[in-house]
Parts: sequence; C-alpha cells; structure tokens
Amino acid sequence: MSGHSKRFLHGLLTLVLLLALMAPGVMAQRTTIVFWHAMSGALGEAVQYLVDTFNESQDEFFVEAVYRGSYEETMVAAVAATRAGNPPHIVQVYEVGTRQMLDSGVIYPVYQLMADYGIDIDWDAFIGPVRGYYEFQGNLYSMPFNSSSPIMYYNKDAFRAAGLDPEKPPTTWQELEQVCRAILEAGVTRYCFSSNWPSWIMLENMHAWHDQPFATLSNGFDGLGVELLINGEFGLMQVSKLAEWHKEGIYQYGGRGSGASPMFSNGDVAIFMESSAGIAGFRNTANFDWGTAMLPHWGEPYEKVNTIIGGATLWAMRGHDDAGNRGIAEFFKFLAQTENQVWWHKNTGYVPITVTAMEQLEAEGYFDEHPEQKTALLQLTHAEPRANTRGVRLGTFVQVRDIIESQLENIFAGLVSPEQGLNQAVQQANQTLREYQMIYE
Amino acid sequence: MPERGVFRNRWLPYLLVLPQVVITAVFFFWPAFRSLYLSFYRTDPFGLRLIYVGWRNFQQLFTSPQYHKVIVNTVIFSIGVTLLGLALSLAIAVLANQKIKGLGFYRTALLWPYGVAPPVAGIIWMFLFHPTYGLIPYSLAPYGITVNWLNSPTVAMLLVIISATWAQLGYNIAFFIAGLQLVPESLLEAASVDGASSFRRFWSITFPVLSPVTFFLAVMNLTYSLFETFGVIHSVTRGGPGDATQILVYKAYQDGFVAFNLGSSAAQSLVLMAIAILLTFVQFRFIERRVSYE
Repeated sequence: MSGHSKRFLHGLLTLVLLLALMAPGVMAQRTTIVFWHAMSGALGEAVQYLVDTFNESQDEFFVEAVYRGSYEETMVAAVAATRAGNPPHIVQVYEVGTRQMLDSGVIYPVYQLMADYGIDIDWDAFIGPVRGYYEFQGNLYSMPFNSSSPIMYYNKDAFRAAGLDPEKPPTTWQELEQVCRAILEAGVTRYCFSSNWPSWIMLENMHAWHDQPFATLSNGFDGLGVELLINGEFGLMQVSKLAEWHKEGIYQYGGRGSGASPMFSNGDVAIFMESSAGIAGFRNTANFDWGTAMLPHWGEPYEKVNTIIGGATLWAMRGHDDAGNRGIAEFFKFLAQTENQVWWHKNTGYVPITVTAMEQLEAEGYFDEHPEQKTALLQLTHAEPRANTRGVRLGTFVQVRDIIESQLENIFAGLVSPEQGLNQAVQQANQTLREYQMIYE
Repeated sequence: MPERGVFRNRWLPYLLVLPQVVITAVFFFWPAFRSLYLSFYRTDPFGLRLIYVGWRNFQQLFTSPQYHKVIVNTVIFSIGVTLLGLALSLAIAVLANQKIKGLGFYRTALLWPYGVAPPVAGIIWMFLFHPTYGLIPYSLAPYGITVNWLNSPTVAMLLVIISATWAQLGYNIAFFIAGLQLVPESLLEAASVDGASSFRRFWSITFPVLSPVTFFLAVMNLTYSLFETFGVIHSVTRGGPGDATQILVYKAYQDGFVAFNLGSSAAQSLVLMAIAILLTFVQFRFIERRVSYE
C-alpha cells in the first residue's frame, strides 16, 4: 500500500470515528420521521434533495426517506408494517389506493393533522383537480405530492416529413384521424399513435375531458355503492373508434403501465398519449423535435372540461407520538412552499400543486422556455372540476384497471367486440366493487 | 453386522430435529393454517375488519369463468414447460454426451442458464420479443411476419413457456448428462454389433436407463412451472394480453398483494396446495411403478 492511500485510509477512519461519536448526540435531539416512497432513479434523487433541504433547514426533525420499490410494493410494505404495529410516519401511495387508504382507519387526515398542530396551510391555493382528487367530505385527507395528467406528445419532425404544420397539432379526434392518415400515407411512421396507461388515459380521462360519468355516485366520490358506466354511449364510441383504428394500423396498443414509451422515442408512432411526468424521460430518449399539446377532444355535443390527475400523495399514518406527528406536519408544510413546488416541477415534470407556484413559474417566464411543461396545467385548469371531472374513487381500483385493460386487450386482439368487452369489464368490476362494499357496510 | 445407532440421551434426538421442526412449523404450517383460516373470511387490507363468509371465496372461484380460464392456462403452461423442457434438454444432453473436442466447455456453458434467476430470464426473452425493440419481431418484419405478443394470446403463451423452459434448461441438462453416464457402454456396443440402429439403441437401452431421471425431472418441472414461475410471468406479460397468460400462482399473488383481496387469495393458495398434494400422490402412486430403477 502506498503512503498516499494509507493516509487516505487513516483520514477515512478518523472521519468514521468522529461521525460515530457525533451521531448519537445529533440523533438524540432530533425526532426521526420515517418516509417511505416509491420514487426511483432521477425522481428518487429529487425526493432526496427535498428531504435533505428540509433536514438542513431545521434541527428538530430528521426525515429519513426510504425507497420501498414500486407503488404496489410500497403499499404492501406499509400494510404489513401497520399490521405489525410499526407503521412509517409518511407513506407515498398511488392515486388508485386512495379509497383503501381513506377507509383504512389507520391514517391521520392531513387537514386534521395540520389543525391539531396549529400549522396553517392555505388549502384554497391548491390547484382544483389536485385538491379535489384527495378530498373527502370537503377536507383534504392526504398531502398532494407528485401529480401529473395525461397529455399528447407529438413528433414535429414526423409532421414536417408528412407535409403537416408542426406547430398545429390536432385538437380533436377527427383532426387526429386526418393527420394520422397523412402521416401513414407519407410512410413516415409505422403506426400513427399509441398510449401508455390505457385505462387512465383512454377511459378515465376521456370520460372526464368530455364531462361524461365514468362511474355512478360522482365516480365513486359519494359512496361505496359505485358502479362503472364505461359501457355507456360515450365509452362504447371511444373504444369502438380505437378498435377500428387499431385494425387499420392508425392506433397501436402498447401494453399496460408505461411500457409503450419506446414506441414514441423509437419513431414507431408520431403521436403519443402519456403522463406529463414522461417529459423528463423523453428529453433523454427522444432525439427529435417534439412538442406537447392537450389531449384530443370529440367536440360537439360534448363539453370540454378538465382532465384528471394521476400520481401519488403522501399519507400521514396514525400511531406516532406528538413530536412525530408535528414533524410530519412541518415536512408537509415545507413541501407545499412555493419555492419547493417550483423546484419540484422544474426537475420532475410533475405539476406544481399550488396556484402561487404556478404563478411564479409564469412570472419567471419558465413556460416560455418550456412550453411543453404547461400543457398539463392548462388541461387541469381548463374548467372548475365537477362531479365527472374530480377524479375516480374505487375501493378496488387496481383490480378495476386490470379488468378494463385486460378487456381492452381482448378487444384489440379481435377476440370480443367492443360492446362485449366493455360489458364484461363492467360486470367483473362491479362484482369486485360489491365485495369491497361488503367489508365496510 | 452393522451396529444400530442408539442415542444414549433420550432427549438428544428430539433436540437435534428441533430446528427443522421449528422451521417447518413457522415457515410452512403456520402460513398454511393462516391461509386456511383466512380463506373463510373477507378482510380489509389493514386487517382491522374480518367478516366470516363461509365457503363464499371458494364458491366464487369455482363459478367464475375467469378462474376456469386461469386453470386451463395453467394446465397448458405447465404441460408445455415440462414437455418442451424435458425434450429439449434430453436432446441437448445426448449431444453433449458425444466424444467431442471442448466437451468440458460445452457442458459448463449449457448449465449457465440455470444461474440466471427466472425474472431475469423473463426479461431477456421479453427484450427479444418486445413488439417495439425486440430482435425477433424486428428480424421477421421484413418478411411480412408480425410477432406481437400484446395482440396475440398464442404468441404470449409461447413466450412465457419459452422463457420459463429456458430458465430451467440447465438444471434438466445436468441431470440428463449424469443419467447418461450410467448407460453401460458394453451394452451399447453389443447392440451395435447385433446391428441395432442408433435410434433403436437409444430407445431400448438408453431411455430405460434414463427413466428414473426422467421421472424425477418431470416432477421437478411440473412443480417448477406451477409454483416457481411467478417471476417469469411478472417480468414478461403480467398475465396479459387479456387473461391469456394468467396462471394460478400469479393470480393468487395479484389478488392478494396488489388488490388486497386476502380472503380470495388465501382460497386460491389452498387450491394450489391441493393441486400440489394431488400431483405428488398421482405421480408416486401411478407413474413411479412403471419406472425401472434397475
């Protein structure tokens, strides 16, 4: 071993020793807040940055952020830990788990937590569809964290190659069909469009965007007796059209979840419907000129309202002492601060959750430089959310999405007609919803 | 005459088997009884509500057309994996049993796939078959052949069968090669002198000698395909398209740990347990008799 590296090792050992000596002293004063999340890669780093900033900003609490795997795995971990009597302070749960968390009896509603610990948050400053999705009986139950909305991405180079104006993306489905025919005739891409998250984008959001009910009882916001309505006139029209386009090669089904993204970045399709959180990814993977636009709309007789969000929120769990609860509240307050929301939006593509953050981004001229990041906000704030557009709340949402997507796959593979498939999906989904209702009523 | 081993201390033998008994009880009997108990209940995710529902969970399973489909899928999948796995690995083992140069290398290389965890094997095949960037759809596209598992239940089933088979191939080959070493060289030579064709020699001499190994591998492969292929399905198709590749073990996982329908999931694991017991019984009772160990 050379003298140099030996000295380095000595230094390292001394440092470790020093830290070990210091640690108990530091830890003893600070209350540790355990925060389980499901953000990996660049998003995980962004979460850690916010947590570090919070930890440095004060010396009373220490938030310990732990990555627990996918959303599903994180929720399973939280359930197991809670059953074992050892819940984390904060857990990030995806939007489809909202109903289960609300009914769970193990959460500390965020509005109540803030009130109990005298921390003032201006809930009215939160963006309507973001707040509305997580409200229960007029109060916010979980802390909005990473919210996104589906938008349309389009390949400007492909538009140019097909002789189309790259600054004029289609705004209606009718226009999209024309654009697609032009693109396919010019042989620019193999298929014209595809999408990620089929149920979320093509059914949940399309119903909201057109002010159509996805399910009864205000999409499940008003009770557990909810039933799906996707086999109604609108849903049937939407899915039949997709099936028709699928047969023609205009639309190409790309799988569940976010598995279809390479179709856009590889140039297999020219138009792609995906979460606004996909912006960061396409910045790295799509090496052509692209832009974003609002999702296409069918026009008359449907009213264009607003799209709904996806993503996740932070739930405060019960079972902690006063210091712990206060730490959760302080951390939530920190997250809602305008500067942190602005930072989060710029670095992740998730929408800022407050109007003040949005206004600051506007004032900074951020959207002039990054117009693609404004699309989701424009969609979300296009109208004041109403019964059909606040979101969807189902106790068995995960299963329901699986059922819907599985039937969409049967429809696109030509095994069943759109009508049969949707009827089947509604019947199966309703059965799971009744099972869920039984537990709580 | 061999001396019969007797423990001087009468408690020592119990003490020695205790760790094994404890492990079996904690990791096998306790969960099994817990499943049995839960299968008669409906419960919320956090376990705060427990509602007795009798046989309802089972009743729902057996009257559900979807569950019937999952059973059919599982049968196709398991038989597919076992037959393809045994046939392929036997063929490869026979080839690897020839006297050729670099035999050691080939034999070692053939075992490598077994070192790959099933989910990783799944991911490798998913990359090969991916509709957008997969090598196979890409190379076949110029000939006008579209291979897209997302739009074809048949391709999807083939894909998971191939992935699961490949992951188990090294294991099968190892046992077949070992089995082939037992075939008496003199017998083969004698048959050869008597004018038996190579096929005849294989069928009348080699195959009977291999029958215990084949039987053992058939059991192992069926068990593997029924219970250990979760990772392959999870990383390749997640049960899709539609329910085309949904198999029993994956459905039990999804209903239990993604949808939190623990009662139904428990009922499903009992069904799986019953299948495992039945399978073992049938195999040892009826098939083993025909296997010659000599």
